[in-house]
Amino acid sequence: MSTTRAANPILHLLARLGAAVLGTFAAVGRLTLFTLSTFRHMLTPPFYSREFFHALMNVGYLSLPVVGLTALFTGGALALQIYAGGARFSAEQVVPQIVALGVVRELGPVMVGLMMAARVTSSIAAEIATMKVTEQIDALVTLSTHPMKYLTAPRVLAGLLTVPFLVAVGDTVGVFGGWFVAIKSLDFNSATYLKNTIDFLEMPDIVSSLVKGAAFGVIATLMGCYFGMNSGRGAQGVGQATKSSVVAAAVLILAANFLLTQAFFAA
Amino acid sequence: MITLTDVHKSFGAKQILRGVNLTVERGESCVIIGGSGTGKSVMLKCILGLVTPDRGTITVDGEEVSASGDRDAFLARFGMLFQGAALFDSLPVWQNVAFRLLRGSLKRPRHEAREIAIEKLRRVGLSPDVADQFPAELSGGMQKRVGLARAIAADPEIIFFDEPTTGLDPIMAGVINELIREIVVEMGATALTITHDMTSVRAIADKVAMLHGGKIRWHGPVAEMDTANDPYLTQFITGSAHGPIETVR
Ligand SMILES: Nc1ncnc2c1ncn2[C@@H]1O[C@H](COP(=O)(O)OP(=O)(O)OP(=O)(O)O)[C@@H](O)[C@H]1O
Ligand SMILES: [Mg+2]
Repeated sequence: MSTTRAANPILHLLARLGAAVLGTFAAVGRLTLFTLSTFRHMLTPPFYSREFFHALMNVGYLSLPVVGLTALFTGGALALQIYAGGARFSAEQVVPQIVALGVVRELGPVMVGLMMAARVTSSIAAEIATMKVTEQIDALVTLSTHPMKYLTAPRVLAGLLTVPFLVAVGDTVGVFGGWFVAIKSLDFNSATYLKNTIDFLEMPDIVSSLVKGAAFGVIATLMGCYFGMNSGRGAQGVGQATKSSVVAAAVLILAANFLLTQAFFAA
Repeated sequence: MITLTDVHKSFGAKQILRGVNLTVERGESCVIIGGSGTGKSVMLKCILGLVTPDRGTITVDGEEVSASGDRDAFLARFGMLFQGAALFDSLPVWQNVAFRLLRGSLKRPRHEAREIAIEKLRRVGLSPDVADQFPAELSGGMQKRVGLARAIAADPEIIFFDEPTTGLDPIMAGVINELIREIVVEMGATALTITHDMTSVRAIADKVAMLHGGKIRWHGPVAEMDTANDPYLTQFITGSAHGPIETVR
């Protein structure tokens, strides 16, 4: 009796651990299949152009204000921080260079990616999950329309194509946020600031920024579709799907950011 | 001809279908009755391949449903009205009705598709000004009828109606019953209808099948329904609270 008691918690723990590991592998497998299927449907006809343009508007155009605002404030705050930090070893003059580097290489893409997770992933997940719960996905199938082709492929393609543009906008606005703060309250000369920024940035900085944007765009839209399509039943299922999609998108975006940074810049 | 042979389906530990056998002849109107939650909707979804049965075979004109043939061509022969209408709320009503006519193999010019949609809406008793509204702006009964119009929009050979008259007023229910009868008689379509409405059963059925306990409990011509010597069926038809069918399930 006493041995079973002693063994039970350990066995229990091991079983839980095993189940969690297996569950993770299964989830990774499902997600991989889902991704492959998405790209296959993206590349084979029929193409639903209306859905695609709708997604372009929602993912890209309508995200511009929020991307612009976050980038503006982040760039401004960054300039203040670097000035204050740099002053400690009298290196205040590096503000333009560090702001440019920080925004273009890291903050621009990451901020845009996280905004996509908040704005786009959640709305896609909630929409598709609701469609699933109200049998609209089943109805699509009976109308000879493949849900992956009609719902997932256009959205992910829109993410892939528009988020790099959003990142470009975010980078630009972020740098200008830094510039604005620098010339208004840190006594920098406007022309010198801009010249330093432009001279300092190199092609790989910009390319890495846009590549990150494309990757984050795919992650954000794909997570919304995946969790939406696999939603549980009822309103609770929709809520759960939305929450999980945003968390997954945010974590994966940050993880991908690390990996891409390493791939681009770790020499 | 639709044939179900020994179809089983469980969700988790819940056994829903436990060996369904049913044959629906071409051009026949078959009505499925049975208590709430007995698996009538699940059965229709099995035939369409939306739900995969655990066991058993389903064939349509001798061809197995699960066989990975051309699913689009297979589904193009079907029309389905879902119990909850399942309208696409991102599209206006007419584009819902004309969904099939706006894309895929049955695609036709937009204005033509719209005309057909408006004609189908008229047939289910909806006026043309509904066409440009969105599903969320309609009442439940109106949504149901839009779903019905969508199911018949492409003149399918086989039509499934999941509770077509639920939520409709008696007059509109009559209109829909007549419409279903017309579709079967004039267009020679095969119809499989789920309903709880006995008036509707008598109006549209050639054959009646009763699903109970995961099996087809009774199957026969509608004319024999009242004289059938089956206590389950009799209780269901008369709507009595007393009889072999449990009232808590
Ligand atoms: N996807 C699913 N997952 C889990 N359980 C399900 C699923 N679909 C149906 N069920 C269960 O199967 C049973 C039968 O459902 P179904 O919708 O077929 O009933 P029904 O006969 O159509 O009832 P009603 O007349 O009320 O529409 C129910 O208990 C339901 O909870
Ligand atoms: Mg049902």
